Amino acid sequence: MTRFTPDLLEGPSDAVVPESREEVAATSPNRLVLTFRRLFANRGATVGLVTIVLLFVFAFVGPLVSPYAYNYIDYTALSSPPSGAHWFGTNNIGQDVFAQTARGLQKSLLIGLLVALFSTVIAGMLGAMAGYFGGWIDRAVMVFVDLLLVLPSFLIIAILSPRLKQYGWLILVALLALFGWMITARVVRSLTLSIKEREFIRAARYMGIGHFTIIVRHILPNVASFLVIDATIAIGAAVLTESGLSYFGFGVQPPDVSLGTLIAQNQSAATTKPWLFFFAAGALIVFALASNLLGDGLRDALDPTSTAGRTGRRRRTRGRTAESRGGAAPLGRTGGVSEAASPAPGADVGSPAPTRTNDEKGERA
Amino acid sequence: MARFLARRLVYYVALVFIATSLTYFLASATLNPRSVYADRNPRPSSEIVDAKLSSIGVNDKDPLGERYVHWLGGAVTGDLGQTIQDKPVAAEFGPRLGVSLRLLLVGSILGIVLAVVVGTWNAIRQYAFSDRVSSVLSFVLISTPVFLTAVLLKIGATKLNDVLGYQLITFTGEATPNLTGGLATIAWDRIAHLLLPTISIGVGLIAVYSRYQRATMLDVLQADYIRTARAKGLRRRPAIFKHGLRTALIPMTTLFAFAFLGVLTGATFTEKIFAWNGLGAWFIDAVQANDINVVVTYTLYSAVVVLLAGFVSDVLNAVLDPRVRAQK
Repeated sequence: MTRFTPDLLEGPSDAVVPESREEVAATSPNRLVLTFRRLFANRGATVGLVTIVLLFVFAFVGPLVSPYAYNYIDYTALSSPPSGAHWFGTNNIGQDVFAQTARGLQKSLLIGLLVALFSTVIAGMLGAMAGYFGGWIDRAVMVFVDLLLVLPSFLIIAILSPRLKQYGWLILVALLALFGWMITARVVRSLTLSIKEREFIRAARYMGIGHFTIIVRHILPNVASFLVIDATIAIGAAVLTESGLSYFGFGVQPPDVSLGTLIAQNQSAATTKPWLFFFAAGALIVFALASNLLGDGLRDALDPTSTAGRTGRRRRTRGRTAESRGGAAPLGRTGGVSEAASPAPGADVGSPAPTRTNDEKGERA
Repeated sequence: MARFLARRLVYYVALVFIATSLTYFLASATLNPRSVYADRNPRPSSEIVDAKLSSIGVNDKDPLGERYVHWLGGAVTGDLGQTIQDKPVAAEFGPRLGVSLRLLLVGSILGIVLAVVVGTWNAIRQYAFSDRVSSVLSFVLISTPVFLTAVLLKIGATKLNDVLGYQLITFTGEATPNLTGGLATIAWDRIAHLLLPTISIGVGLIAVYSRYQRATMLDVLQADYIRTARAKGLRRRPAIFKHGLRTALIPMTTLFAFAFLGVLTGATFTEKIFAWNGLGAWFIDAVQANDINVVVTYTLYSAVVVLLAGFVSDVLNAVLDPRVRAQK
């Protein structure tokens, strides 16, 4: 959480951009405090955040405290159940399951984080450009978006995988990011369409500020809250996509491990030697769940129409009308749930905010 | 409205064409059909390999443009080329299509209908116990990828069968091989095999889209026209279902097209895990077997199915929303 600068949290899409730096300085600490207060008032988000932190500790500190390396083979302990020597037991060739799970989680988390970061950057830039410039840039981006929806990233990466095996996991990150930005870009585009009509954008134009500066300095900060929420959920989604690809052998390649390869490798042993399967499977579900909960909580916390946290009371104690606003959030402005939701590689099947659908229909045809 | 739909259709056909062509070039660049023949034992002479690959149309020594034009010419007339084992793709495509569609249609229609029912129910009874339970459940299911759901279902069924001591739930393949019996026996056998794969595809859909349905429904329930309907004396139930539900379904129609795309990808996992000989499983095998024509055929099928789903959702959208119908 600390990586969010106040600046990023400053502008939910409906907020008026402050006119001067002094004003930013005066308002943002309060806004940040408010955001955090709301976030921690949300039980789900708190649980999600704490869980993510714990999983990161497990993934990155675990290998340091584990007496075995993930690829070390202990011939004295084959298929042994969890014990003092091997905390999560060993697999049938004597590898330590604790070390393997930590290593697999580490790889999955790294891939998830990087993919979420890159795909959000691409989505923000292309979506904002499409919305801001309109014309042929818009049409080109939208055709591209439609095309990649028809040709799912899962298919493309699967087809490319025979050539990727030699390049390692960073190329997988690049591909997942390259094919994972479409839905977000569509939402950013439609948000931009309304933002660019606002007075402060016109004022900036009349002051002679260049188009790209306007996009970076004035439009993107105003969709930042959506992007932050979306990126949070995208981490979980990317982890699910990666594990799905690795499950088929299209993703992370042996001898390296990820949660997907561990699950694929050990699924047949699930009934007889449950420790081989359930630690990896559990880590995957728990992480995706935590990232969804945090994303959902962030959505409430960053929603400018939300009244949560202002009075220090929980939302649930409030009247029906105020509640339903928060309750409707999964769809509302952002519609992020299904980003995360999409079963594994379907992660690019996402969440077009329904409000856009009608006006978009005609022009895209 | 007809013009609107016709224009969409033309756009969709163009997208299918581009997607399939792109896959053709991509697969030709990454897959290596030569290895299938050249690595055989005894090692065949390179002339024989070349001749074989050329006759299938996947020889990397032939110019790519020529191969593509040849493939395209065939595809337009319904000839999808040969598999790497030199059998017609179309002959295997048919039976597999039946298997895949059975899974996809039952799974997605059941999933979507239940999603709407659950979402609406939860919206009407917001914060009731049932709402909280399904909210927690859907979060957990949303976070579980299809392959894990499928594997977990399989494990659960194995355990159940072990405990019971006989095969209550069958989950391998799409039918029992060499089954003899009347139509009823065969039909029941198919349904029994369909159970777990359908659940593995459907629960994800229900989890995701019941959340959306709940959200749109909550928005609608707060709307002025519902209050007006109630104020003029309409009872709660008809007000909600006649005026509310219909409006709440409009944004959902667009989402359903996307839902189908997710189901399609999910089905590759389900088919592989439950050993269904469908198109998804075929695609995975083809990538591993360097079978370019099958890979491209799968893309063609997947693009057509997704766009058909898109088209159906356009039509549904137009049926539900008069503003769309009024568009020129």
